[in-house]
Amino acid sequence: MISTLRNMSIALACAVALPVAAAEDVTSFTLDNGMEVVVVEDHRSPAVVHMIWYKVGAADETPGISGVAHLLEHLMFKGTETRDPGEFSGIVQANGGSENAFTSWDYTAYFQRVAADLLPQMMEMEADRMSNLRLTEEQTAPEVSVVLEERNQRTDSNPAALYREQARAALYLNHPYGRPIIGWRHEVAALGAEAALEFYGKHYVPNNAVLVVAGDVTPERVRDLAEEYYGPIPPNPDLAPRDRVTEPPHLAARRLVFEDPRIAQPYLSRTYLAPERNSGVQETAAALMLLADLLGGAPATSHLGQALQFGSQKAVYTAAYYQPTSLDASSFSITLVPADGVTLEEAEAALDAEIANFLDGGVDGAQLARLKRQYAANAIYAKDNAQGRARKIGAALTSGLTLADVEAWPEVIQSVTEEDILAAGRAVLVPEGSVTGWLRAPKDAVDVVEVSQ
Amino acid sequence: MKRFVAAVALWVGAALPLHASVEITEVTTPAGFTAWLVEEPAIPAVSLEILFKGGTSLDQPGKRGATYLMTAILEEGAGDLDALGFAQARDDLAASFGFDASDDYVSVSARFLSDTTDEAMALLSDALAAPRFDDDAVERVRAQVLVGLRGDAEDPDTVASTAFSEMTFGDHPYGTPGEGTIDTVAALTRDDLLAAHKGALAQDRVYISAAGDISPERLAQVVDDLMARLPESGAALPPPVTPNFPGGVQVVSFDTPQSVITFAQPGLDRDHPDYFAAYIANQILGGSGFEARLMTEVREKRGLTYGIYSYLLGKDQADLLIGRASTANARAAETIEVVRAEWERMATEGPTEAEVAKAKTYLIGGYPLRFDGNAAIAGIMVGMQAGGLPIDYIATRNDRMAAVTVEDVRRVAGELLDPQALTFLVVGQPEGLEAGN
Repeated sequence: MISTLRNMSIALACAVALPVAAAEDVTSFTLDNGMEVVVVEDHRSPAVVHMIWYKVGAADETPGISGVAHLLEHLMFKGTETRDPGEFSGIVQANGGSENAFTSWDYTAYFQRVAADLLPQMMEMEADRMSNLRLTEEQTAPEVSVVLEERNQRTDSNPAALYREQARAALYLNHPYGRPIIGWRHEVAALGAEAALEFYGKHYVPNNAVLVVAGDVTPERVRDLAEEYYGPIPPNPDLAPRDRVTEPPHLAARRLVFEDPRIAQPYLSRTYLAPERNSGVQETAAALMLLADLLGGAPATSHLGQALQFGSQKAVYTAAYYQPTSLDASSFSITLVPADGVTLEEAEAALDAEIANFLDGGVDGAQLARLKRQYAANAIYAKDNAQGRARKIGAALTSGLTLADVEAWPEVIQSVTEEDILAAGRAVLVPEGSVTGWLRAPKDAVDVVEVSQ
Repeated sequence: MKRFVAAVALWVGAALPLHASVEITEVTTPAGFTAWLVEEPAIPAVSLEILFKGGTSLDQPGKRGATYLMTAILEEGAGDLDALGFAQARDDLAASFGFDASDDYVSVSARFLSDTTDEAMALLSDALAAPRFDDDAVERVRAQVLVGLRGDAEDPDTVASTAFSEMTFGDHPYGTPGEGTIDTVAALTRDDLLAAHKGALAQDRVYISAAGDISPERLAQVVDDLMARLPESGAALPPPVTPNFPGGVQVVSFDTPQSVITFAQPGLDRDHPDYFAAYIANQILGGSGFEARLMTEVREKRGLTYGIYSYLLGKDQADLLIGRASTANARAAETIEVVRAEWERMATEGPTEAEVAKAKTYLIGGYPLRFDGNAAIAGIMVGMQAGGLPIDYIATRNDRMAAVTVEDVRRVAGELLDPQALTFLVVGQPEGLEAGN
């Protein structure tokens, strides 16, 4: 077994080198009107994914109209000066394609997946709705209802989602990341066509957009088509820079107790304010990625899993997660589900002790090497999924990063040292930057359950 | 506007010649197993899919949840390695294994770099044939399953699925969740897990596919090695079941802002000569995308829901036509009314010619797009084998779809859609609907 592993390291040392070569199938250029274009070539199947990413999201909303970025995403399917509502979707469907859209704090994206020869038509229609959206209050009202049902389904029916909303609001003292993407219910209910159109007019312009095309296409063809369809759209010279407010120093650890009768299993949630990837400066974010894996990745091999699930058995589940791609300050989160008979207070004490142990005890070098091998291999596995690569690139380019940053990222991860990880952990895992949540059913609800058993 | 219409016709035309061109090699191993392979050396990795027929429906009486728990522990220590040792060995290889158990299948998905094929398959072989079921691993995973079950009891969608299965399938294994109940899972012993393992992972019920950087000869060797230590035959499969659809509306009271509405009626077997026509009829009624009638009427026109869909659900022992939507409690009655009206309209009037043409071009044009990537191709191939489809199905499927006529779809919509049998089960606190009706 030992010799096998030694051979493995050699094989994987070669694998580590591969992501550098991977950039060969990615090309980028910028149109005269300022629109960025990225092409990811994958000629294995005759399909293409056409994605348009706008550098605008929920965090770019003005206070009081939360949810307008997401509502607009829905309304973008309602037709243009020359196309009826649903016509775009109908044409995509009639050709066997699929489509969708999604909104985040930092971006709003629209995509279609179609046979490669349909790319010109997708561009023509997407370019059309970049500048010719037509909206009436009659069309907007039912869509507001749809979004409220979406909120019902995804947030209000799910206590974990409700808590996440509260926790974000507590984590960000000043930054709009504290507002939910879908919007606060009372503000969504008050939205109309006017607010959506104003948001649209301000942000949906070519110099605020990134086009990502992935699949069975060549960069030359994409350039020709993009110049033909998107090229004529004038840029907005007055596009405002995305200078959002920043967080003041965090001085006080925040604690939340969230009680909901639907929480069948009490658990603990901890979130820390954490730095994000920045262009040319991705080292701390890479260290935090590895920190999350070391601390709370796979239960059998992570520190929290080993200590609390395998060792003391105070926890049934532990996990750590860090989101590196974000325009402004991101977050590092830990979840812990205590074992039967372990209180949330005991669980929190055990968690804090193990975080301290980890930061004092240092990094297991063998485990770090293992994780780095997995990241290297993931760059190979990722080549099986052109759409996934397109999504990563789109998210990065609308979150303050460049294609060079995306291409450098695997190497930055490989270069992280044990000291980098501990330093990042000591800087981020501090009480004053944290929100700790106890999630449980109200006392009387717990009693009812006990009686019925 | 006129120019636009012409253009649409042209684009539809452009999509039509597309045929899926996936070359599947049928590999017969020295030991007599069959595996389907798409060899694709462009990326130095392999996706491997294995299905064992039977799944959680093989649970013995009183042992509900045994197959599910067994499957969840396969990776928690095997052969000479305990859970930590196994995880480290797997991560050293940068391989990943997925194990899952559903009503009809235990599924295994593996992804590994092709230059680690020997080591990765040796590990997977141990997980399948020599899982240890160490006491501490059993207790650890059991506790996780119990946490999941407690959460399920408070999750509206899961409560809806459970109530629906109970109503539809009664005492058949399909009638209760494969994860088991808190009581049955708490009572499972290591012997139960060993028995479930022996019953579910057997040579006489396996389907295997692979896509990626592996030769037919190498795959044959891999398959024989993976299968060699498994028992020749496993537990008896459950009998077919006729689903119970009493019609009308049933309500399960549950404190939540939205009503979860499940609706269903008898479906159609995959082998039925009218299956393609039925598939098209459902695509028009409740299929994916914004064009389907249910989506148009319930979401687009009335804003009653975020999403509504229906589909032909082919289980091994029962066939259903089933759908779901969630809506505010105050609007559940209206939603049901609209669904029922659309069901009747489709049953009596059938689809229009334009609707059938559109649905066909969608289903035909979309088919080749599914085969994008090794993982996707391996998954499709193993599903085809388990469904009894011939190896040339991919090449012929679009021609069969194209051959369906408007008259076929109208006739089948009339025969299949049954507003009397269409049964609604509502979980929530719907207004204007009586509980238990």
